[in-house]
Amino acid sequence: MDETVAEYIRRTVLKIPRDEIKTMLQTWGFLSEAQLQTLNFHQTKDYVSQEVVQLCEDNSADIKQAAVLDIIYNHVYPNKRMWSVYQMNKSGEETEFFDLTDFKKKFKRRLQTALKNVTINFREYEDNAIWIRIAWGTPYKKPNQYKTSYVVYHSQTPYVFISASVIRSTLPLLCQALVVASNYHDIREMELRSHCLNSLKDIVFKRYSQTFQTYYPRPLQERNVTSENVDLRIIQENKNEKERILRVNREVFGDGPQPKLEFAQYKLETTFKSNPTLDVSDIKEPFRCLVKFSSPHLLESLKSLAPAGLADAPLSPLLTCIPQKARNYFKIRERKGFFPGSFVSP
Amino acid sequence: HLATSLPLPSERDHLRPRIDLIAFMIDIKSKYSLKNVEASLAYVDASFFLGKVCFLVTGVGRVNYCSVETNAVWKLRDIYCSPVLYCELELEGIRVATAQRLLRMLQICAGHIPGVSALSFGSLMRNSEDE
Repeated sequence: MDETVAEYIRRTVLKIPRDEIKTMLQTWGFLSEAQLQTLNFHQTKDYVSQEVVQLCEDNSADIKQAAVLDIIYNHVYPNKRMWSVYQMNKSGEETEFFDLTDFKKKFKRRLQTALKNVTINFREYEDNAIWIRIAWGTPYKKPNQYKTSYVVYHSQTPYVFISASVIRSTLPLLCQALVVASNYHDIREMELRSHCLNSLKDIVFKRYSQTFQTYYPRPLQERNVTSENVDLRIIQENKNEKERILRVNREVFGDGPQPKLEFAQYKLETTFKSNPTLDVSDIKEPFRCLVKFSSPHLLESLKSLAPAGLADAPLSPLLTCIPQKARNYFKIRERKGFFPGSFVSP
Repeated sequence: HLATSLPLPSERDHLRPRIDLIAFMIDIKSKYSLKNVEASLAYVDASFFLGKVCFLVTGVGRVNYCSVETNAVWKLRDIYCSPVLYCELELEGIRVATAQRLLRMLQICAGHIPGVSALSFGSLMRNSEDE
């Protein structure tokens, strides 16, 4: 077995949390059940990984099989990577029947004619998701297994989730291969990025709880009493206002859990509007400013701002439109552009 | 009675008992809370400032997150001649101790302690603060 393959398998196993190693190896299926029985999973990961490599050596593993283990790892732990969402467009209206074999063949052929040295692996999952792992090389070098790109394509949708390799130059080639293989016309990057792959899917497939205008809103009083330990000696003077805030918040965010995003970024290309009392003349060039909101769970924290008293309800639509518009990177231009130039701060 | 700002909503005027002590809570991590308190002070009748108002600064345990400067708080103390209490609500011991202090102040302000008036207590607190 190739030394680089051995090292790669060893490093992949080291990434897996110790309690999960056995399950993941079983899913991999490359080592037999009997072989797995011989492994002692209670030692340190260092020893376990070495033993796994030894068994793989006995079975003569090659890079293709090692790559499958890597896909499985990334499928179970996708949140270690940053994912971007892309949307493909068809020029015609006919929906062609999706042929998986044809897709794989075209994709491989496209990449391999452009770049001889690539390692390509496919793995299909139940939810119609096709996972593709690509390790990139050059005409003179073997593929670098540590600088891989991952693609998740749901064949019944025009959406592709890409976790690009650090080698930026491979991205156009990858996009091209996807378009050709899936019989689409072109592909564009949606301004939507996050570590949480499932949340990106939720946003794009509209699987999160959306709000609809209800004609008969449910009274909120019942909810308040049951959810808090109310000390009857404490009298809330602003109960009406609090209820209004909760109601408005609910109308905007809905009841269910929010998709998990880590950033929202707003690039301002507006001119500086000075306070008339300030002694600054109106500058005509755009004032370049980048505002970035970051949080472990951005949408939940935005949802809790108004009830916590940290912001006025309703929040700025620039913040609340993120799931509906399926984007978290915005460019704000002057009023005559496609976005109003107003910027609301709590 | 808890309120997020002043003035108090007028629809509950008839349900409210006499107010003996107003404690303005300033979260040291939030400039917004300071602004809110400054805006609400304008709605307080002048007679309250004779010992029936105090400022409660919370969140003082988190030194790294201070947004409100101590000078700003002292300015309020000097302008409105009212004492400032510091506390950290997240620690139960300090929370209980602060509650007991406020309760004591409230008893004085409500006139339940014979021989001590709100005004005399207020000036007592102020004198002890001067360095």
